[in-house]
Order: sequence, then structure tokens, then C-alpha cells
Amino acid sequence: MAGSTRACAVIKAGARSAGGLWQRAAVRLRSRRSVRFSAGALVVLVALAVLGPFASRWHFDAIDWQHLAQAPGAVAGHWFGTDRLGRDLFVRTLTGLRLSLLVSVLATLTSLVIGVTYGAIAGFTGGRTDELMMRSVDVLYALPYLFIVIILTSLLPRGSLTVLFVALGAVGWLTTARIVRGQTLALKRRDFIEAARALGVAPPAILMRHVLPNLIGTVIVYATLTVPQMILFESFLSFLGLGVQEPRASLGNLIAVGAQEMSSAPWMLIAPAAVLVLLLLCLNFLGDNLSDALDPREH
Amino acid sequence: MLSYVLRRFAGLIPTLIIIVTVSFLILRLAPGGPFDQEQTLSPAVRANLERAYGLDEPLLTQYLAYLGHLAHGDLGTSLRERDFSVNELIREGLPVSAALGAAALLLALFAGIPAGIAAALLHNRAPDYGIAAASAVGLALPSFVTGPLLALIFGLTLHWLPVAGWSAGSLRYLVLPAVTLALPVAATLARLTRASLLEVLRAPFIRSARARGLGPARVLLRHALPPALLPVVSYLGPAVAFVVTGSLVVESVFGLPGTGRYLVQGAIDRDYPLVMGMIIVYAVLTLLLNFLVDLLYGWLDPGVRRD
Repeated sequence: MAGSTRACAVIKAGARSAGGLWQRAAVRLRSRRSVRFSAGALVVLVALAVLGPFASRWHFDAIDWQHLAQAPGAVAGHWFGTDRLGRDLFVRTLTGLRLSLLVSVLATLTSLVIGVTYGAIAGFTGGRTDELMMRSVDVLYALPYLFIVIILTSLLPRGSLTVLFVALGAVGWLTTARIVRGQTLALKRRDFIEAARALGVAPPAILMRHVLPNLIGTVIVYATLTVPQMILFESFLSFLGLGVQEPRASLGNLIAVGAQEMSSAPWMLIAPAAVLVLLLLCLNFLGDNLSDALDPREH
Repeated sequence: MLSYVLRRFAGLIPTLIIIVTVSFLILRLAPGGPFDQEQTLSPAVRANLERAYGLDEPLLTQYLAYLGHLAHGDLGTSLRERDFSVNELIREGLPVSAALGAAALLLALFAGIPAGIAAALLHNRAPDYGIAAASAVGLALPSFVTGPLLALIFGLTLHWLPVAGWSAGSLRYLVLPAVTLALPVAATLARLTRASLLEVLRAPFIRSARARGLGPARVLLRHALPPALLPVVSYLGPAVAFVVTGSLVVESVFGLPGTGRYLVQGAIDRDYPLVMGMIIVYAVLTLLLNFLVDLLYGWLDPGVRRD
């Protein structure tokens, strides 16, 4: 009985220190002006993606026949100019941003769900199962991921968004699985897990109640760094013509068109490229700072 | 050491066979076929074509036949570019892609690692912030943005370098594509080197090396760098994979006649032998380079060899 109360105390201490970690991280993050600045920029970008297109009187695939390939400022109402087909680039850039954000967040969630489940089970079970599971991950790593994506996108109609984020998620989970497995292996040896086991808690319950909650920090940090990668990846696929299809806009296919028109109509490249770079800078910066703030070795 | 090397090398072959098998299955079980685009084919002609290429046989027979040819180094004939064998297509394109990839990797190593060392040594001073900002931008710029931008600046405006194209033996055509491809890798290497060197420099054994009166250069080169470079070396594996797939976009942006286009176009066209050939080339490259990285890791950190 004495043993069980002590074990409970160990478990509670583990939980308390996790809360403290989060509070300290929040304090550290808020104290940095550059963090507040990039978080603000990110909020503005997301708000623009959601609300911005309503500010213009143009629809993302509406064609303005009088004003084809106009530079920004040449015609009133087309704030970022128009493309070759006379579509408004302000609205297209922002709807593209919205689509890229949506796809990348969903893809990140998909990859997290698969990766965390897989990695936690492999690490927690250990032994042969672990070896087999991680060896399969190694094999999938050595396959060129584009090949898998192309095959996956061909299983369903081209340009379907569901396929796009499932394909991205299906590729992205490999790294998540590796990281989560490593963390689980380290957690497994900790005292509070040992204590839970000594109390007779069934392994699946230990996994759900004690291992997974302690993985959250790592997973959140990794997720903030995965979203920008997924955005890059989505635009990469759209650039190759495998992702979002015309007339829908995504940052990737806008940049692909812009790159072709670069010498004659640079604004077609600059607007979507600038939005993409700003978004990625903010996300990478926030992710880095979050992982620093959560790292107990810092400070 | 030799037995460690041989053991690791022998482990590559089963992995390669599994990769071949998995991709063969995925490719064949996916809907669509190599003769779908040609609308006018009558069923009889299609059946003849399939028989000519052995596609009407049971999948297992085809698979075994493929493995048999593969064992002799024969990758088959392209179903689309019918006058060429896959070996010929790869032999033509691979030197270009390999030159691009090697140039980009070397560039990234020679720019990224020194930049990271400089940033760590000048921690929290102007050069450190400058390098951090540069690498943040390098990471956020996708290659299909940097490529056209570099071509616009150095090709169209300054006329220093060719905008696109290729001529064998001329390095001028390689500069812009290699820089484009190297940029994100160099940025990551700089960040990794900086973070890891900063951590090592704080370690007690560095303090004791300094206390023994060793000069700063000797402390850095002999004591701090070898352990600090371990995470950098383990990033080289993913870096190789990044360069191999990234070269695809860079090749298309700069119009280089490499092998990149074959993978995407081949997979869309269901040109089975071409895609399989490309997958095998990519997998062998990735596995071999990762193998070399592992050896380098084992050399830097003797503890690894015991596993």
C-alpha cells in the first residue's frame, strides 16, 4: 500500500512538472518581442486568407476581359494586378494561401495521427515488433516519396484535395514515427512508468495515460515545424502539376505560373512568392522558438 | 572495422530487394496502364502490344522475369520512348543529375558548416544574427522561387551566367542550378552546426582543454568540432534524399537534361520499366550514400560500431 501511494506521488510529480514546463515556456515566449511580432504576422496572414477575398469584388476564377495581365496599380480594384486570363491576383493569392494552409494543416494532422500511433506502439512494445516496424519505415524512407505521391494521387480523380492531404500525410508520418519512437524508448525507462507497471496497470493503459501525454510537448514542437514543410511540399507538388489544379489557386501553382511569366510580368511571381516566404518565415521562427522554450537545457 | 563495414553493406541488398518488390507491386496494382492515353487503340492492338511487352502474363511471372533481367543489369525498354532502353535513358541523364547533386552537396557543405562555426564562435554578435537571418530565409525560399529569381538577376539582368540549358563540360551552366539546390541544405547545415557547436563549447571537457593551456584553434579543431559534427553528419542522409528529389524541380526550372523528369512523367504515363529503373537508381544512390554517412559516423563516434 505504501508502495502504491509513493508510485502515485511519482506519477503526480511527473504531471506537475509538465504543467510547470508549459507555463515557463509561455512566459519565455511572451517575453520575446520578435516572437510576438511573428505571431502577429501569422494571425494577420490567416485572417487575410479567411476574410481577405471578401474585400475584393472579384471572385477567384472570375475573368475581367478588359484587363488581361495588368500590373498592380494599373487598374483600380485589382490590387495585385491580374494574370494572363484577367483573373484578380489579390483574390487568387489569398484563396491560394487559404487552400495551402488548409491542406498543410490537415496533412500535418494526418501525419501526426499515423506517426504518433505507429511510433508509440513500436517504441513501447519493443523487441522484434519494434525492429520489424522500424525496418519497414527505413524501407519506405528509401523509396522516392514523389513516386508514392504520384501513385496515390492517381488512385482518385486528379486535383482532389482529400487525396492531396492524405498523400502528404502518408509521406510525412515517417519522420514523426521515428521521433516518437525515440521519445517513447526514453520515457519507458522513467520511474513513473515503472511505478505504473508495478501497480499492475495494463500496458495499453500505460501507453494511453502515461506515455502519450508526455509525448505532447515533442509532438507539438514537431507539428509546428511540419506545417511549413507541408506547405512547401504542397506547393512543390502543385508546381509539378500534381497538386492543386486550375482554376483553383494554391500558392504553388500561382508561383509555377508566375515563374514562367517572370521576365514579362514579374508581379505574377512576386505576390504569391512573397506571401509564401513570409508565411514560412513566421512558422519556422515560431516553431524554433517554441522548441527552444520547451527545451529544459536552455536557460 | 572491416567486419562492421561488410555487415552494414550486406544489409543493403535485402533492403533493395524489398524496395524493388514493394514498388513493383504498388505500380502494378495502381489503376491505369501504359497504353491508356492512346485513345484509338482497338482491343486487338492493345492485346498485341501487351503481349509484345509481356504485360499479359501473370504478375508473378512478370516479377520474376524482371528480377532476372535486373540481376544482369538490364532495366528493360521504355514503353513510351520505344526506341530507347531504360539503361540508355539513364546513362544519358544520370551524369547531368549526378553533377548537379554533387556540386550542390559540396557547395552546401563548404558554405553551411563554416557559416555555422562562425556563428557559434561569434555567438550573439552581429555575424551570428546575420547568419541566422540568412539561413531562415534560405529555409523559407522554395527552390522553384530561388531558381527563377537567380536566373532573373544573374542571367537576364546582369548577363553573368546562362539562364538555362546545358553543355557538357561547361561549369557555367551548373552554377545557378547548384546554388539553388544547395541553399536550403546549406541553411540547415549552418543551423545544425551552430546549435551543436554551442552546446559542445559549454561542456566541461572543453573548459578543461582550455585550462590545460591549449590554443583556441587547437581546442576548436581537435576537441570541439569532432563531437559537434555528429548531428551534422547524421543530417547528411536526409540531405542526400532532399538533393536527389529537389534536383527534379531544379532540373525543370533550368532546363537541364537530367533524369528528374523521367520519374514524374514515367509514373504519370505508367511507363513501368522507366519508373522502376528510376526508383532503383534513386534507391541505390540513397542507400549507398547513407551507408557512407553511417561509416563516417562510426569513424567519428567509436561507440556506434559496437551495436
